[in-house]
Amino acid sequence: MESNGSGRRRFLKQAAALAGVAAGAGAGAEWAARGQSAGSSVKSEVQPNDAHIHGDERRGVRRNISHITYFTPLQDYAGIITPASLHFVQLHTSYFPVIDAQQHRLTIHGMVDRPLSFSVDDLKRLPSVSRIHFVECQANGNPQGHDNGTEYTGLPVQYVWGMMSCSEWTGVPLSVLLNEAGVQPGASWVVSEGAEAGKWSHTIPLAKAVDDCIVAYGQNGESLRPEQGYPLRLLVPGWEGLNNVKYLKHIKVVDHFLDPSGVNHATIARADLGGKYRWYHFQWGPKSVITRPSGGMAMPGKGYVQITGLAWSGGGAVRKVDVSTDGGKTWKEAKLQAPVLPKAHTRFTFDWAWDGEEAVIVSRCTDDQGEVQPSIAELYRNWGISDEAAKKPVRGQHYNAMQPWRVARDGSVHNAMFS
Amino acid sequence: MRCSLNLLLPVIILAAPAVALAQSQPRFNVGTPLSQQEIKSFDFMIGLEGKELPPGHGSPKEGAAVFAKRCQVCHGLNGEGGVVRRLVLGSPGNPHRGTFKQDEKSALSYYPHAVVVWDYINRAMPASNPGSLTPDEVYSVVAFLFYRNGIIQETDVMDAKTLPKVEMPNRNGFVPAVPVYPPEPKPSWW
Repeated sequence: MESNGSGRRRFLKQAAALAGVAAGAGAGAEWAARGQSAGSSVKSEVQPNDAHIHGDERRGVRRNISHITYFTPLQDYAGIITPASLHFVQLHTSYFPVIDAQQHRLTIHGMVDRPLSFSVDDLKRLPSVSRIHFVECQANGNPQGHDNGTEYTGLPVQYVWGMMSCSEWTGVPLSVLLNEAGVQPGASWVVSEGAEAGKWSHTIPLAKAVDDCIVAYGQNGESLRPEQGYPLRLLVPGWEGLNNVKYLKHIKVVDHFLDPSGVNHATIARADLGGKYRWYHFQWGPKSVITRPSGGMAMPGKGYVQITGLAWSGGGAVRKVDVSTDGGKTWKEAKLQAPVLPKAHTRFTFDWAWDGEEAVIVSRCTDDQGEVQPSIAELYRNWGISDEAAKKPVRGQHYNAMQPWRVARDGSVHNAMFS
Repeated sequence: MRCSLNLLLPVIILAAPAVALAQSQPRFNVGTPLSQQEIKSFDFMIGLEGKELPPGHGSPKEGAAVFAKRCQVCHGLNGEGGVVRRLVLGSPGNPHRGTFKQDEKSALSYYPHAVVVWDYINRAMPASNPGSLTPDEVYSVVAFLFYRNGIIQETDVMDAKTLPKVEMPNRNGFVPAVPVYPPEPKPSWW
C-alpha cells in the first residue's frame, strides 16, 4: 500500500529529507527559502528529457523510494499552457518506463461485445480531438504543505500548488473506442491500467468515460513525453489527477466498482460524516491562486504592480475571479484573459497600486455552475472541522480553499494560509 | 448492424443512458479482435468481492519468511515502518479501532477491503521488481500482515475463498460505503 497509496501523498517534510538523502545534498529549508530564484541542489535520480533547459534540478523531489514528484514552477510563467517539459509529474515508479510504441497495444475488454486491441497507429486513424485541460494531483495544496511551523515557512507557490498543469491534449475520445467495442447493457464502471512496473490502475464511472475522456497521444503539439505516459494516457478532464492513468494499456468495462491501486483513502476524518472518512472524490471544485506576487517573492517597490494568477474548476469554465488586497474584507473583479475554457486554467490579472503597507492578497473563483471557492474557514466548517483544529495544518486531499499571501512592509511575500 | 439492433432495444437504452450515448455514434471498424485466451493472459484486475482471485494459499508463518526476504528492507521489521511508513497498526489479537492519526493511515488496518491488499501487492510490490511474487507468496504476505494487524489469527490460511471473507476493522469507516456516481448525497464540499 505504502508507495502508491497514502504514502504517495507524503508531505514535503519527509520528501525533502529523502531528497536530501538521494541527492546527497541539503534540501528543505534551502530551496524553500529561495523561492523563484532558487538554485538549490534538490534533484532526483530521474530527470525529464530536457530538464536542463529549464533549470529543472529544483523541480524534482524524491518522495519515497518508489515515488518521484516534479512541481510546475507556476510563479515563473504566464498564460495558461504549461510546456510539456514543465508539466508536473507524479511518477509511481523509480524510473520513467521505456515503452516501444510500435509494440504497445491498448486493449478494451470486459463487458463489451467485441474485445479489441488498438495499436498507436490504429488510434491515429480514428477521429481526433485537441482540447485544453488542466491536470491536478488530488493532494495539490495539501494544507500540511503550507505549514508555517516548520523550516518550510515561505514555501513558494511552486511547491504548494505546483502539482497542477494545463496542456492541449490530442487523442481519441474514449467514447469512440468504447463504441468500437460495443459496451454491453448493465455496464457502469471503466477500469484503466498502465503498462509501467506497478500497473497503476483506476476506476471511473462509465458516464464520465463517454462524456469527455480522451485517450491522448499528444501534448502541446508533440507526442506525449515518457514522464507523461508515452505513448498513451487517459485524460479525465476536471477530475483528480490520479484518474489520468499514464502508459495506458488496458481498459476493462465492468458493472461494479474496483479499487485496484488502493488509493484515495488518505483523507480527513470529518465530523460532518460522523468521524468517517470521505473517499472517492471525483470532480475538482472551483479554485484559484495568485501566482505573482506569491510566497517567497520580493515586491518590486511601491506603486503599480499587476497581480496575476490562475483560476480553474472541474465543473466547467471560470465565470469570474474576485481579488482582495485586504485579506478578504473587500473584493473587486479581476480581468480574465482569453481563452476561458471549461476544465482548463484561466489566467486572471488585477491592477494594484501597493502603498507600501502590509497587505494580504487573495483570489476567489466562481465557476459557470455558480459554485464559489471557499475560504479555508468555510471549507473546514463544511468539513466539520472545528475552528480550533483548523488553525493547524492537517493533511488533506481534494483541497480547494482560497490562498492568501501576506505582503510585508519590507516587500517580502509570505504564505498566509495559516497566519 | 449492431447499431440498428440496439435501437430496437429502447428499454435497455433508457436504463443505461451513458451506453446509449456511446452507441449512437458510427463505428469505424478499427482495432484487432481479442480472444478470451489473450484476455486471460493479461487481465489480473480483481473486484472487491475477490471472484477473480487465482488459486494458491499462504499462512502468516509462511508470510513472515517472505516478508523478511522481500519487503522488510523498505517496510521495516514486521511491517512496522522503515524507509516507508508502517503497514501495521494494532497487534496480533488486537486490531486498531477508532480513528486513525495522520501517520497511521498507511497501515493495512485503515483499508476497507481485504481483496484490494492482495491486488495491490500482486501488481505493484516489491517496488524494485513488481509482479515477481507468486500467488502463494502474495497470499502468505497478506496473511502475515493481516495477522500482525490483529485482523486474522496466526493459524488462518488465506486463499481465494477465505480472503474475501476477512472482516476489515475499518470496513465501515468510509462514506459512501461503496463509491457511487453521481455522488449521492452530493458532498457539502468536494
